[in-house]
Amino acid sequence: MRDPLELLDVAGLLTGEERQIQETVARFLADRVRPHLAEWFEAGTFPRELAPELGRLGLLGMHLDGYGCAGTSAVAYGLACLELEAADSGLRSFVSVQGSLAMYSIHRYGSEEQKQRWLPRMAAGEAIGCFGLTEPDFGSDPANMRTRAIRDGDDWLLRGGKMWITNGSIADVATVWAATEDGIRGFLVPAGTPGFTTRTIKNKLSLRASITAELSFDDVRLPADAQLPGAKGLRAPLSCLNEARFGICFGAVGAARDSLAVALDYARERVQFGKPIAAFQLTQQKFADMGVSLGTAALLALHLGRLKDGGRLQPHQVSAGKLNNVRAALEIARECRTILGGSGITLEYSPLRHANNLESVLTYEGTSEIHTLVIGEALTGHAAYR
Amino acid sequence: MNIVVLVKQVPDSGAERSLRADDNTVDRGAASNVINEMDEYAIEEALKITEAHGGEVTVLTMGPAGASDSIRKALSMGPAKAVHIVDDALRGSCAVSTSKVIAAALGGLNADIILCGSESTDGRVQVLPHMLAERLGVAALTGARKLTVDGSTLTIERQTDEGYEVVTASTPAVVSVWDTINEPRYPSFKGIMAAKKKPVDTKSLADLGVDASEVGFAGATSTVLDHAQRPPRSAGQKVVDEGDGGVKLVEYLATEKFV
Ligand SMILES: Cc1cc2nc3c(=O)[nH]c(=O)nc-3n(C[C@H](O)[C@H](O)[C@H](O)COP(=O)(O)OP(=O)(O)OC[C@H]3O[C@@H](n4cnc5c(N)ncnc54)[C@H](O)[C@@H]3O)c2cc1C
Ligand SMILES: Cc1cc2nc3c(=O)[nH]c(=O)nc-3n(C[C@H](O)[C@H](O)[C@H](O)COP(=O)(O)OP(=O)(O)OC[C@H]3O[C@@H](n4cnc5c(N)ncnc54)[C@H](O)[C@@H]3O)c2cc1C
Repeated sequence: MRDPLELLDVAGLLTGEERQIQETVARFLADRVRPHLAEWFEAGTFPRELAPELGRLGLLGMHLDGYGCAGTSAVAYGLACLELEAADSGLRSFVSVQGSLAMYSIHRYGSEEQKQRWLPRMAAGEAIGCFGLTEPDFGSDPANMRTRAIRDGDDWLLRGGKMWITNGSIADVATVWAATEDGIRGFLVPAGTPGFTTRTIKNKLSLRASITAELSFDDVRLPADAQLPGAKGLRAPLSCLNEARFGICFGAVGAARDSLAVALDYARERVQFGKPIAAFQLTQQKFADMGVSLGTAALLALHLGRLKDGGRLQPHQVSAGKLNNVRAALEIARECRTILGGSGITLEYSPLRHANNLESVLTYEGTSEIHTLVIGEALTGHAAYR
Repeated sequence: MNIVVLVKQVPDSGAERSLRADDNTVDRGAASNVINEMDEYAIEEALKITEAHGGEVTVLTMGPAGASDSIRKALSMGPAKAVHIVDDALRGSCAVSTSKVIAAALGGLNADIILCGSESTDGRVQVLPHMLAERLGVAALTGARKLTVDGSTLTIERQTDEGYEVVTASTPAVVSVWDTINEPRYPSFKGIMAAKKKPVDTKSLADLGVDASEVGFAGATSTVLDHAQRPPRSAGQKVVDEGDGGVKLVEYLATEKFV
């Protein structure tokens, strides 16, 4: 089997259109992205020039309607995330943040003017967005954030800082969440606004082909129309995260599939003790366990996609998908690395790169512990966060 | 500018391909079928021309019912509509009868330019564009690596082994292209979703006024009688370099008539 997802014939559950979207993304990535990934990862960069190409395909905000967005199904969006993350989690992160966090926040909570101003350019990849919720002192517990927006006449003054913000230092506009007298509100802060500065975070061991930054707001003056009128309370940013998490459920399957495909190829060719290592029972046990785990993760993702397209997807179900699929993908990527032996530790083979990336994926968009607590609450009725 | 692009569905040249044991035709059931690669370049060229000069692109395919999959893919790149010639009697058609059927279908389409790939990756005969031009009584601008449109004048650079020739004709004309002519676009997601709703006109031989006895196995001017697997590679010869390795290599190449 060249594609380990064939084990359970997951593709057989897709429509022709879904498959064509998935194939188109895979083909684009094979031509334009895969040859350069190791280089970008090594250099710790994300090539901004790629954004317009992603936009031309329709990848940015692809499941949103209007304003230049493609308006695909949730499953098609998931499959695109799967292929993107099969290339690299950093690339999928870029697309998730742009589409599901930055664009979604404007699409769902923005005024018509804000939508017209930003969404078409963001869909085309001409403008890049980021989403600032996490702070140095508040990650899993954003309700207690310190960043404040204070009324000053009709204007707002924004004061505070955000941490670990994907695309932060390459963004043209930041969706920033801040505490106000009336609770948490969202604001659109264009790059270059006086008092708004960014610093790229260096020395990452994970998600190196993605930009992560710290944002600082030193009494940034914003006009009244910078506020997202529809966003009231913490529920608003959490609804955005739920969108992005949905993509991660599929994305993790992609990273795992790629790891497994690479390890299978290697094991068929690599001869030790006079046999291909694929022919040893110990290796086959690894492959069998991973094949089953990958297939079930893919089926779970697809199930969630069908629920979402049917308008029935619940947040705790997305938590179950993220918890299971990222955990499974991380185990698979690490196990695949063992099959590659010494060869597995450089950038020539993808599994360890995927494993390193998935450490971030396990943490962001809600840590595995927090998703465990979400599922625990859904099952027992007791909230155990604090 | 009305452009018809000929699009053929072929077995993926990147995967294992085979002929059927019973009638020596391409085994489509066993293959993963794709758009003939060169035809994607023809589609791209057609789209570029209509984007610059206006007009409409129509996809024309002769092939079994399953070819509709490739037609949708072609439409997802941007053409407005398609014509699909399907008829059980077409099985086993040779290039001569294929050109007859396609010429008949082109009759109703009023094309200024008929664009196609220079060859298909399954048949590889390269004669269809010429036969078609002959039947239609129009110019054949074949093997293009570049095409320029100036009013009703078409100019191509015809790629040859040594370089290129500049050939000019006026519309209507058949133009066949090589994969050096452009870089085909990826279908956009909007294009993929829009393709579902684009009209595909299905035509039978009767619709085209072509007699079934003139096509398919019945009317074939050439037929594959038998086929066999390529023999497995033999072990090869080892040349040991004892200071005269270069000479020995050249001698070998000379006996094989490579030099
Ligand atoms: C590469 C990368 C990109 C990111 N991009 C963005 C972005 O674009 N925008 C954004 O806003 N944020 C982003 N984040 C931040 C991310 O969402 C946070 O890192 C995450 O929410 C966890 O917060 P924290 O790092 O502060 O960890 P903490 O919240 O301090 O958690 C530390 C540990 O304590 C555990 N823990 C916390 N509370 C509990 C509890 N009640 N019970 C048991 N265990 C608990 C956690 O599960 C974790 O294991 C990104 C992070 C990374 C690594
Ligand atoms: C950073 C680093 C430093 C190193 N330094 C040194 C050094 O200083 N000197 C030195 O000599 N070597 C060194 N090595 C090499 C190291 O010892 C080898 O990588 C190790 O022995 C494994 O060999 P391999 O990489 O060729 O993998 P392989 O032997 O090809 O193994 C590949 C996979 O197949 C499995 N496998 C093999 N045979 C079987 C079997 N019969 N049944 C089931 N599974 C099997 C292995 O467990 C592994 O999972 C180093 C390696 C690394 C990564």
